[in-house]
Amino acid sequence: MSDRQGVAVEVQNVDLSYGTNHILKDVSLSIRPGEFFAFLGPSGCGKTTLLRLIAGFNQADRGEVRLGGLDISHLPPWRRDVGMVFQSYALWPHMTVARNVAFGLEERKVPRAEIAPKVKSALALVGLEALADRYPSQLSGGQQQRVALARTIAVEPKVLLLDEPLSNLDAKMRVQVRRELRDLQQRLGLTTIFVTHDQEEANSICDRIAVLNDGAVQQVGTPMELYQRPANLFVASFLGTANILPGRIAGDGAGRIFAISDGAELPLPPGKLPPKQSKLVFRPQHAALNPAGSPGLAGTIAHREFLGAVVRYGVSIAGTEILVESPFGSAEDLRDIGSPVSVAVDVERVHFLDA
Amino acid sequence: MATAIEAPRAPARRFTATPGQMLLAALIALFLALFLVIPVVTVIYVAFTEKGTGAFTLINFYDFARTDLFIASFWNSMYVATMTVVLASLFALPLAYLTTRFEFRGAGIVQMLGFIPLIMPPFAGAVAMQLLFGRNGTINLLLDDWFGFKIPFMEGLNGVVFAQAVHYFPFILINLSAALRNIDRSMEEAAQNLGSHGFRLFRRVVFPLAMPGYIAGASLVFVKVFDDLATPLLLNVKDMLAPQAYLRITSIGLADPMGYVIAVVLIVVSVAAMGASAWVMKGRDYATVQRGGGGLSKRPMNRSQAIGAYAIVLLILFLVLAPHIGLFLLSIATVWSFSPLPDGYTFAHYARVFAESSVFIKNTLLYATLAGIIDVVLGTAIAYLVLRTKLPGRHWLDWTASAALAIPGVVLGIGYLRTFFDVKMPDGTSFASFWIVIVLALAIRRLPYALRACYAALQQVSTSLEEAAENLGATKSRTVRRIVLPLMMGGMLAGFVTSFATAAVELSATLMLVQSTSDAPLAYGLYVFMQSPAGRGPGAALGIIAVLLVAVCTLISNWIIERNQHLRSTRT
Repeated sequence: MSDRQGVAVEVQNVDLSYGTNHILKDVSLSIRPGEFFAFLGPSGCGKTTLLRLIAGFNQADRGEVRLGGLDISHLPPWRRDVGMVFQSYALWPHMTVARNVAFGLEERKVPRAEIAPKVKSALALVGLEALADRYPSQLSGGQQQRVALARTIAVEPKVLLLDEPLSNLDAKMRVQVRRELRDLQQRLGLTTIFVTHDQEEANSICDRIAVLNDGAVQQVGTPMELYQRPANLFVASFLGTANILPGRIAGDGAGRIFAISDGAELPLPPGKLPPKQSKLVFRPQHAALNPAGSPGLAGTIAHREFLGAVVRYGVSIAGTEILVESPFGSAEDLRDIGSPVSVAVDVERVHFLDA
Repeated sequence: MATAIEAPRAPARRFTATPGQMLLAALIALFLALFLVIPVVTVIYVAFTEKGTGAFTLINFYDFARTDLFIASFWNSMYVATMTVVLASLFALPLAYLTTRFEFRGAGIVQMLGFIPLIMPPFAGAVAMQLLFGRNGTINLLLDDWFGFKIPFMEGLNGVVFAQAVHYFPFILINLSAALRNIDRSMEEAAQNLGSHGFRLFRRVVFPLAMPGYIAGASLVFVKVFDDLATPLLLNVKDMLAPQAYLRITSIGLADPMGYVIAVVLIVVSVAAMGASAWVMKGRDYATVQRGGGGLSKRPMNRSQAIGAYAIVLLILFLVLAPHIGLFLLSIATVWSFSPLPDGYTFAHYARVFAESSVFIKNTLLYATLAGIIDVVLGTAIAYLVLRTKLPGRHWLDWTASAALAIPGVVLGIGYLRTFFDVKMPDGTSFASFWIVIVLALAIRRLPYALRACYAALQQVSTSLEEAAENLGATKSRTVRRIVLPLMMGGMLAGFVTSFATAAVELSATLMLVQSTSDAPLAYGLYVFMQSPAGRGPGAALGIIAVLLVAVCTLISNWIIERNQHLRSTRT
């Protein structure tokens, strides 16, 4: 079970509709062997549908799914060798933990003598050998989750699919289990696809993420790439907090500016060549508050949130509001609501996005 | 003492109940004691006492065990009940599975048609089945013509099994369908994901998960058939337990202890069967529709699968609806004997029934309506006391009312006769011959069903809705009237329909309690008609009227329930 090579998963030009409801729109993805990959997006974006398509529970209207180069689009779920852990765990309540884990091996006609040791080692992998004879209803949520995982990896699937595996756990368990998942995936070298709507989960354990919205892939990249260079406004605002300012470009050469509204404008560095119709995007930590009158955008503090390490200010500037985060030093440094400030935006870190 | 008076009353009340609730509980307890507990205990008491002296004895049971006829009757009843469960399962399983787990066009109609046999008096169906499947019935005459052999579908015990399975399989169908619908699709998908499919998937995952529903239905069928009186009598099978009890009481008299002994045996077997099913189901009440689960999956079928599925469904529907078809033909037949189809057709039977027997229809409507009302009132009150109060002993009301399920109609009939025979009405006649007694027996017999419906309805009403009303100043009783009852209405109506529909075709207890034809309900009239060959036409017409009556009432209330739910769902 340990020295398996991961398998590549390719999704090509997949379309899927339920009636007039277009769920997946020309989705193409290429997942590398042994990669921990996430489908990230808000609910209803099609990420679970895509996962179920790979498992064979949904049929695409067009396009194909390849596993290690082989087209599996027309195989039934039980021939695909794609292990799935369900969001609800789907442990059968009429079978013990050991019987649940043995199920897939029995269906694969593994000789009886080999089943027991395989069940044992799968349960050992998730640290639950002691609970083999319990029924699912006698286990905690975290334990059920591990049994579901053991049941899936016991059959040594080519790919592991995880459908929101952490959503039914409490906050503390979630952090623990996601580390265990990452650890296990690394040991097995198993290509793993993880569906989640929680960017923190995806960022913390996945090699690469595909951000989905409205049935289409928005961007694929490492967590850092997505954060630093979002491809569009959706990715920019879905991953982390972003200030998105409409405006227009004026002037040229060294005197080029981005006019947010009358009287509020940002000088632009010569290197940046934004398209004419675009929006200015930057992270709250890429701006600083200076005393009123300093160079920058003049505004007043509209609200303040203390978040621990940082303080997030809402600053209203000529009718729009932007968020600025400053590190928390001491209570004396806090700025009061209504006080005038000047916001200095780090123009090297801004992006221009047009959609 | 002064401090006791000054102490606020509220904290004390939190641990018990209001006087109104206590009064309600007392009235229900009194009702159940008078019309369920005392009659049944009387039967048991008589079985264990010596005739004349009243001393305790086991001699009656010894006599029972020594009489070959009774022992044979016992095994015959066992055989019929067991085989009925097997045959009914064969009818119900494919219907339930195909209509719940596949994209099956007409699933709703199949489920509805599958419910119809329940609302026809089983003994009426039995006569029709003899005409279709009997030795000289349609099927056998055709078989004999074409192939030169006959199949004894309706001979002896097997005839009873066939008739009972056709009548009672909906109990399994309904329970099994509900259980299958409650299996979350992730349960099946997880198995498919691990390599399982087809029949293995059904055998290893789907059926075990639906087991509780199947057992619930199967045990109900077993008990109903074991206790049934009218169907074996009408098919002229007398060597079974319930008919023996009836024949002893009616031919030898109320004082003969053998009828009581048989009654006790019936109770013991019924209770044992229900206890066994409860024991088997213990800890298996799987709630598999889960957080984050995907709900029910309906799989599409390919062409050949679909053809096979429809063929099976149509064959089963033909079998189970055959009694209705047969009864209808009989009701419009001039003469139907030794021929595949009637010789001629007429509406004379209907004319005769309406002219002579409208009293049966009137009585049935009156009795079934009253019984339904009593059941819903009791069911709602018991459900409220159990779920919403801390009244000590409230569960006993629930248990006692539910125990009626294990009391055969024959036993209740014997118990009522024995208990109320000496209770004189003001005009000097016996209370046991008063028609109200029939209503009470029907109400007690159907109470468990109505209670379950009311119980489920109240469980679905969130307590926070009541707390919100109380918070805004409504008293307990005003809250019940303005919030709880309106929200329970659908469930209460469902309870009423179940009671009404089944009470309208009930005969076991009625057969013993009807003292004069003018007090008789439709089912009794039907039974009397069916006794003579000349009465079969009018009897069948009466049967068709009964089916229509119940079907129309059921449809109307279903419509009301659905409209009610629709309103509620659009409102919230």
